[in-house]
Amino acid sequence: MVGAGGGAPLENANPLVYRRSGERPVTAREEDDEVADTIDDREIFDLIRSINDPEHPLTLEELNVVEQVRVKVNDAESTVAVEFTPTIPHCSMATLIGLSIKVKLIRSLPERFKLDVHITPGTHASEHAVNKQLADKERVAAALENSHLLEVVNQCLSARS
Amino acid sequence: QVFQTASEKVETECLAALHALSACLSRSVLSSDTEDLLDSFLSSILQDCRHHLCEPDMKLVWPSAKLLQAAASASLRAYHRVTSSVLPLLLEQYTKHPQSSQRRTIMEMLLGFLELQQKWGRVEEDASTLLSLQAQVCSVVFSALTDSSVQLQLVGIRALTVLGSLQGFLSPSDLELVVDHLIRVTLHEEDSQSSEAAMEAAGTLAPIYPKVFSGRMVPRLEEELQSGVSSSERDEESSRDCSSLRQRCLQALAAVSTHTSIVRETVPVLLQHLRKVQKGREAGSARDVVFVCQSLHRVALQCQQDVESCWFYHQAVVPCLLAMAVQAAVQESARPLLDKVLLEEEVLAAMVPVISAATTHLSPELAAQSVSHVVPLFLDGEVSFLPQNNFPCSFQPFQDGECLEAQRRLVALLMAFICSLPRNVVIPQQERLLRELLALTCSCNCPFTATTAAKCFAGLVNKHPAGQQLDEILQLAVNTLEPSLAEGPRRMQALTLLLWVTKALVLRYHPLSSRLTDKLLGLLGDTELGPAAADGFALLMAESPDVLHKGCHADVRIMFRQRFFTDNVPKLVQGFHGAGPDVKANYLKGLSHVLNHLPKPVLVTELPTLLSLLLEALSCSDRVVQLSTLSCLQPLLLEAPQIMSLHVETLVTKFLSLTSSPTMAVRIAALRCVHALTSLPTAVLLPYKARVIRALAKPLDDKKRLVRKEAVAARGEW
Repeated sequence: MVGAGGGAPLENANPLVYRRSGERPVTAREEDDEVADTIDDREIFDLIRSINDPEHPLTLEELNVVEQVRVKVNDAESTVAVEFTPTIPHCSMATLIGLSIKVKLIRSLPERFKLDVHITPGTHASEHAVNKQLADKERVAAALENSHLLEVVNQCLSARS
Repeated sequence: QVFQTASEKVETECLAALHALSACLSRSVLSSDTEDLLDSFLSSILQDCRHHLCEPDMKLVWPSAKLLQAAASASLRAYHRVTSSVLPLLLEQYTKHPQSSQRRTIMEMLLGFLELQQKWGRVEEDASTLLSLQAQVCSVVFSALTDSSVQLQLVGIRALTVLGSLQGFLSPSDLELVVDHLIRVTLHEEDSQSSEAAMEAAGTLAPIYPKVFSGRMVPRLEEELQSGVSSSERDEESSRDCSSLRQRCLQALAAVSTHTSIVRETVPVLLQHLRKVQKGREAGSARDVVFVCQSLHRVALQCQQDVESCWFYHQAVVPCLLAMAVQAAVQESARPLLDKVLLEEEVLAAMVPVISAATTHLSPELAAQSVSHVVPLFLDGEVSFLPQNNFPCSFQPFQDGECLEAQRRLVALLMAFICSLPRNVVIPQQERLLRELLALTCSCNCPFTATTAAKCFAGLVNKHPAGQQLDEILQLAVNTLEPSLAEGPRRMQALTLLLWVTKALVLRYHPLSSRLTDKLLGLLGDTELGPAAADGFALLMAESPDVLHKGCHADVRIMFRQRFFTDNVPKLVQGFHGAGPDVKANYLKGLSHVLNHLPKPVLVTELPTLLSLLLEALSCSDRVVQLSTLSCLQPLLLEAPQIMSLHVETLVTKFLSLTSSPTMAVRIAALRCVHALTSLPTAVLLPYKARVIRALAKPLDDKKRLVRKEAVAARGEW
């Protein structure tokens, strides 16, 4: 449905919507008590794909902002790298989206992991600045002290009813 | 206010105010020399709103449309005034905007106005703008149906349904086009959403234009159905396509059977197709038969409200299904290992709802007619009433003999029929039938047959009039199952019979039910049957889909679950305390099944007494006990947060410690309980927030993915 009238116009009023992937099927191996399951790309993707976009009633997956191919995890070395693609090159929400992804990963992964969240190269006008902010741990922590910002981030992270 | 859309509530009230103003002005009396107040009012609204509908970026189209619709819905006069200005504009805009998403918005606005027309019923020739634009409206709607965008198709289908319901709007040639479009979308549109929407639209419109649908749609569906079956399916992909096309034909035939005359056309087609597919031997044949049964079931449900359709359906379908099944069973008896599709469990299970739905709404007189044929069929092999009844040997499902095993399975069909009859229908030879069913369930080797016979027996016993005859047969049942229950190879079968008979009696508050329940409680301590007995409590409390429920006229007394709870939970608690460690879990399982089916208000009042038991059980080292307690507590956290709040300290401590259990299933259940804790009041939870979040960091690194998943969900909520 076309966005509500009046107020601030949406930047991207008619985004392209992508199909959601289904639930990950459970394998027999995963149900075996004895065998350990390594953390793989799909698992990280499942953590971030249902994050809501701040502007549209759609998820980052449906907007193709995050894709599984752009998620790289190495369980043994405790590293995660996520590239995300804003829907349009001047998207003012890019920092907020990046922050939401980072917070979701911080809350959902063991402490040992080093997180790298950045914009897909060449897809945003201010990607250098945004990437720098997201990589700065102190700036991220300070941002989350801002209760209004935290509330917006929590809304993006809450499951859609 | 509406253009700003700050708040939905404000918007709703504004639109309601506009509607009321328009309605009020519509009642104004017109005279030749004074101003037409309504007209001036509407003109000013049109002036403000109309131009927004033409804006290329379509920013304010929705608020404008809502305002115009609110004003137009007040009266026929207002409707005519607004639509004469707006409809031509919308139609023009549709052609101007080529993008599907924009066309969808315009179509939805158009639909809003069309739906208002439904209020006024018949489209009047002289005043109606709609009628004068008939050709354009139809062309726009048909173009939506041929668009590639699924969303646009769906709105188009909805618009089609509204247009079809307007008396006098669609011409006969338009109708034919409508049916052709619906057939095309149903059968050949790739997206299943569109296909299903088209089927539902056909179902809605068919009662209004039965001749067109039965004359045009049904023959086409029949043709497509038959062509699919006869062509040889060479490769996997084309056979998959054929199979999905057949499936759609079957679904469409059922969906469109919403009028008596159409039912008379579609039922023979479905039965004919069933005859074809049940002959098949390949792997997919059972599934094909199940699809046809599902369609037949839907038609049966749609026939229930109309006496004529109901009787026609019953007479056409039930003897036919019985004949096919008997034929298959008898042939299998004569030459075993033919592997008849119709005798497979899943197929018989699919036929049960069909026969049941065809029987529940019969009038008592007609039901009596039918039962006078079906009972002799099963008891005496009386096949004369069946169509095509020359069978190679006799049908004797209740006789002994290994070759008769295939015939005995058909007791499922007997159950479907006889347990769905209205209460006051007299069943001929009922005592003999009950005795035969009892003998069958205790002696036969096949679990499916034994269970079905037990269910059939229970269904009959539940409706049996009280008195000496009932008591005698119940005593016979108890005498028969007690020795088998004590020891031997048939303990599980005896337990199944016990469960179903107990259920039948619990539902009708029969005095014997308490003796039987005590027997069941005793079995919770049995090493072999304990777990099955515990799960039996779920069977007693839950709604069964095929027998012993209100829909099939069973005797279900009000609040039977509460009564069962009051009578038996103290015994369960006592049993738990006295039980050995290896069977304690059974008592808990039984308890949790009873609790899970209790209405919320009762649960909440009883919970305080049970909670200490459940918390004690959490400390039990047996993992099965832990698991059943956790699964019992989780719904309680969601449903009775105030009471659970009193024990939050214990709950948090125990749940967190169980997240380190060596058993994966326990870790998962514990994490789910930690998640469920978040439904407690925030004030109660805040003191524990930091501790829980810290403690949940560990399971995030659990070696099992399924555990990690639950930990992420719980930690995120906290």
